[in-house]
Amino acid sequence: MPHFPKPPEGSWTEHYPELGTGPVSYDDSTSPEVYELEREAIFRRTWLNVGRVEQLPKVGSYFTKELDAAGTSIVIVRSSDDEVRAFHNICRHRGNKLVWQDFPLEETSGTCRQFTCKYHGWRYGLDGQCTFVQQESEFFGIDKADFSLASVQADVWAGWIFVNLDPENTTSLHEYLGELGKGIEAYPFDRLTQVHKYRAEVKSNWKLFIDAFTEFYHAPVLHARQSVSEEAQKLQQYGYEALAYGIDGPHGMVSSWGGQSPPKDLKMVKPIDRVLRSGLFGPWDAPDIGLDEMPPGLNPARHEAWGLDSFLFFPNFMMLVWKPNWVLTYHYWPTSYNTHIFEGACYFAPPKNARERIAQELAVVTFKEYALQDGNTLEATQSMLESQTPVKSFPLNDQEILLRHLHHQARGYVRDYQQQSGKTPATV
Amino acid sequence: MPTLPAEFSDLEPFAGWAIPTERARYAKRIDSTMDELSAFYDAAFPRMEEACAYLEQFEIDGLPDDAKHLLWLYCAIVTVSFPVEVWRQPRVPDSGSSTFDATLEPAV
Repeated sequence: MPHFPKPPEGSWTEHYPELGTGPVSYDDSTSPEVYELEREAIFRRTWLNVGRVEQLPKVGSYFTKELDAAGTSIVIVRSSDDEVRAFHNICRHRGNKLVWQDFPLEETSGTCRQFTCKYHGWRYGLDGQCTFVQQESEFFGIDKADFSLASVQADVWAGWIFVNLDPENTTSLHEYLGELGKGIEAYPFDRLTQVHKYRAEVKSNWKLFIDAFTEFYHAPVLHARQSVSEEAQKLQQYGYEALAYGIDGPHGMVSSWGGQSPPKDLKMVKPIDRVLRSGLFGPWDAPDIGLDEMPPGLNPARHEAWGLDSFLFFPNFMMLVWKPNWVLTYHYWPTSYNTHIFEGACYFAPPKNARERIAQELAVVTFKEYALQDGNTLEATQSMLESQTPVKSFPLNDQEILLRHLHHQARGYVRDYQQQSGKTPATV
Repeated sequence: MPTLPAEFSDLEPFAGWAIPTERARYAKRIDSTMDELSAFYDAAFPRMEEACAYLEQFEIDGLPDDAKHLLWLYCAIVTVSFPVEVWRQPRVPDSGSSTFDATLEPAV
């Protein structure tokens, strides 16, 4: 008997019949060939979130992003006409990486009036036009107008900057993000300017870590010790049920209760949580961020026990919007079929005083302690999925619907790409 | 040279925990024994509410140096609370080879 109502079909999964209910294979997470296809079909063809507009506060502000999965490095800049623009980070002269600092493979950021190549001094305006060629007369009739930086489609949704590496892409960002994006675009993300960012190299396929974060079924077990023991036992006995799930196109969301902001009973939480009034669910005392009206896409079940909504914008951008007015994002950037870079970022309203700053620190550090457990578990999963065991398919329950959907979507993108490019469909 | 506000001078033996970044606070935690972590926690945690109240009298952008050190020290109590209150060991259990490093932190 579910604690929260499910769709009339009897389960969330059956509400989306294309997903099926059978066991799934993780062949799509253990194969270098499938990964190469995903790079083309997904990472070079969908809108990817690379940052926020606050990272580009003024004309000339820029940052670079290494997009290994899409096979490029890009530079994102606020141009003179106040537009967010993106370019492949390559000099048109001899292919040197245009923008980097100290370490060519590390990301960087800053402000400039123009981009100057470190190699031979070619210069480019913030709009990408080549403005200076060193010893231009030595060249053989070149026209600078033919040597602009190679541009990349860039667009902004609710302050989040996205790029699309496919020059032939005709789907607008807003259209791509669909109903789930539309439902939360009015959220005042721009008020959450106190940012903490973390990064990890994880030895697992990118989808497997998304799997870990799109279900909360694991939480009462894997993270049992982070609750005081009586509470942990209760949570394990109860298990986990979401308030609601939503799927639109390739994207998905889960809406969850959140018993700890603040907890019903202070005995449920650790001593430091009680003193700082903060913890896993964030600081309990929500700051005013001008959220007079909840955006329609949050807490879709309109449940009073609502605690957070977690969105996965395909392929690799997750956003958790928490009841006490803060946001957590995850990005999963593949570097090979069995490795990826995981980025986590906490967005808070600027603390008014040091007490609020320490309360935010507790939320951030709690997230880190969880992520360390999750990351290591993933290495354990990946290594066994790759091993020569007879176990080849895995049952997924109704609370794991978003994993089922993610792998279903990833396979679909690969299949469509193969059909369009006339390649033999792989057996994924 | 006192580094903490006079009201918290009894915590001077632990002033080495007044570290400005989470990354470095975590590194010190990993390099410490449980006895060291417990000694710090036992001395400083009971005064956390008092420290927060003390720090609240300042604007966050206008903290005097000694108050800033107190803030860092209590951020370190956050870092140390996990081994002491939960894990009973400096590292996160089952975190083996995984790392998760801060790449951007708001400066205080």
